[in-house]
Amino acid sequence: MNFEYSEEQNLLKESIARWAQDNYSFDQRRVGADSENGFSKDHYNTFAELGWLSVPFSEANGGYGGSVVDIAAVMEEFGKALVVEPVFPTLILFGGLLERSTNDAVKADLIPQVIDGSFMGSVAMYEPQARFDASNIATTATESGGTYTLSGHKSVVLGGAHAQKIIVVARTSGAQTDEDGLSLFLVDADASGVAVNPYPLMDGQHVADIHFDGASAQLISDLGNASVAINEVLTIAHVALAAEAIGLMEVLNRTTVEYTKTRKQFGVTISSFQALQHRMVDTFMSYEQAKSLLIGTLVELTDETTSAKRASKMVNALRTLVAKNGKHIGDEAIQLHGGMGITDEMSVGHYHKRMMMINLMFGNGDFFQNQFNQVAYAS
Amino acid sequence: MDNNFSSADLEFREEVRAFFKSAYTPELQAKVESGVDHKSVAIEWQNKLNAQGWVAVDWPVEVGGTGWTPLQKFIFETERCEAGAPDVVPFGIKMVAPVIFTFGNDEQKKRFLPRILKSEDWWCQGYSEPGAGSDLAALQTKAVKDGDDYLVTGAKIWTTYAQSADWIFCLVRTGTFEKRQQGISFLLIDMKTEGIQVNPIHSIDNHHSLNEVVFDNVRVPQENLIGVENQGWTYAKALLAHERTGIAGVADCRRWLREITELAQNQSNYKGMLIEDPQFQTRLSNIEIELLALEYLELRVLAKLSSGETPGAESSLLKIKGTEIQQSLQELRMQTIGAYSGSLHLDDFESDLHRRGSNSRRAYMYGRAATIYGGSNEVQRNVIAKAVLGL
Repeated sequence: MNFEYSEEQNLLKESIARWAQDNYSFDQRRVGADSENGFSKDHYNTFAELGWLSVPFSEANGGYGGSVVDIAAVMEEFGKALVVEPVFPTLILFGGLLERSTNDAVKADLIPQVIDGSFMGSVAMYEPQARFDASNIATTATESGGTYTLSGHKSVVLGGAHAQKIIVVARTSGAQTDEDGLSLFLVDADASGVAVNPYPLMDGQHVADIHFDGASAQLISDLGNASVAINEVLTIAHVALAAEAIGLMEVLNRTTVEYTKTRKQFGVTISSFQALQHRMVDTFMSYEQAKSLLIGTLVELTDETTSAKRASKMVNALRTLVAKNGKHIGDEAIQLHGGMGITDEMSVGHYHKRMMMINLMFGNGDFFQNQFNQVAYAS
Repeated sequence: MDNNFSSADLEFREEVRAFFKSAYTPELQAKVESGVDHKSVAIEWQNKLNAQGWVAVDWPVEVGGTGWTPLQKFIFETERCEAGAPDVVPFGIKMVAPVIFTFGNDEQKKRFLPRILKSEDWWCQGYSEPGAGSDLAALQTKAVKDGDDYLVTGAKIWTTYAQSADWIFCLVRTGTFEKRQQGISFLLIDMKTEGIQVNPIHSIDNHHSLNEVVFDNVRVPQENLIGVENQGWTYAKALLAHERTGIAGVADCRRWLREITELAQNQSNYKGMLIEDPQFQTRLSNIEIELLALEYLELRVLAKLSSGETPGAESSLLKIKGTEIQQSLQELRMQTIGAYSGSLHLDDFESDLHRRGSNSRRAYMYGRAATIYGGSNEVQRNVIAKAVLGL
């Protein structure tokens, strides 16, 4: 029984922490975040040089062969540093579906480019009418003479503003909300029939709504059978986002405790007030709870005897708790900073905006709790 | 990362499971659940555990304990709860005995420990006083030397099962020092001694388990002093750490959660079963999700213990979250059962649901104490604020 990261995983974490310490202060981070693209390509290239972009890919595909635990280790550190560079859309979403693609030529072409940082991709999955339902897909792919053309509207596409290629989840058969009948297609972002409308989100990401109007695309999955790959990638994405959120929580708590030890009111530091101490203990407990559930989820997901039902319970429980506790911690961090907490110059607001965004990605707390209820209590 | 048990631990689990299956008989279970004649039922069960050599889980082998590893203790506790079997009455086995075998002399060990193992002596705890609750160091009960004896005068309160106890272990003031924690001694007192009066306190669970114990010039031989005079606070603190391990009650919570889920599958709701009600599901999963987190929080602490680290403020964290979850389960159990949960009957039940309802009322009402005893949850927050956050 062991609930710690391995020595290798700790080395990986330390390398990220060290880099952030030296190169990614809050002000240094802002240079990239405030630039036109919303991130620094130089930093992104550094991630590639340091090998971090290879973590999720199998050794057979030239990657590090990392497990979901390795991915969580990286994301937790990225969360602590509030990394704005769009690693998640290219690595976890695009890379995840790419690795599960049935088209070996595309994999051999693109995975090395993802790993060396020269390529950025994106996955266009969710649609305006679907909210958090990943199988509510109205975008269609129509075949004619061996080629496919896409039509539809994809919303809040992560990484969509700077992707070179996009993997599109489109319907090739079935009704609009069927889990079956979905296929994966690869399209160039600048192909004709593809309209990318970029906009920034409150956490600094540059995303896009993408409209497909007869864009020609390449099928990269079995026809009508992509839901297994999608669900596998979403499971990893949920854990990755939860791990990032837990990194955010750790820093929000630490920053707040430190602030109350320096801020003086009524002639004393405000950390001496019991009313505030107990609130900080509660946020500390919120963090420890979420961290424990992350570890439990990692342990169970990497145990081959875990049933699909149990895995689903753990992942939905994790995202439910992260949503609740993340909001608790972020709100308290701002409150305990007082007026300074609502200023743009303090980091806590930025951390909380990222937290709020994570808690709207691929589901919110209520959505995940509802999923949990269905898995746990449906007869 | 993994949560795998070794094959030796898995074998141990089978052995423990088999024991509970055969030893905790339906007849015994019925007696325990009736709640009538608590003492004799507890003694019957503890003697069964003792015959197996498993009554003193936390004791070292040389004084009659199991000498188990933290993980073995965890497995035992989990299986006990799965079987629905009661815990031992803690005051002798879990509270005073560790103080006696750690800080007592050989004479005291020989005199008291075997009788605790055999449940021949029934103990109660004399810590809190009317003027010293969470602020335990404010205690005033005085022990003054008189020849070979101490003369003890004062009052202890919230003394569980004092009315049927043979002995009480007390913190008493034997000296006055600048620091209040100094000058406190750990004294064992025979409850039959002249000058002791036990006044019942009836609690909101409509039960009598709590008492006030008043001492009026009670003569206690000095040989009943544990360790060194004026050092009792140190011993009591060591004991408190003992008291807090396992305080999260994870395994018990899991059993309650399962009971509630099963009840809700069979309880009808407006045009459907209760388990189908989205609002009920959300109440249930609010607790179940927190419990999943607590399970792994406890396992993380256990893994640290197993690798030789001493638990610090983690036990405070486990106590707070564990008792909060216990209380929410106790409440949901009452809500799930419905109006039977108001019943004061302890026997002659109209139905199984009636029995469960009455039990759930008692558990809820007595359960309010869990966030107060063992250092109130507010005091535990103070501990975390100081020890972990450095506030």
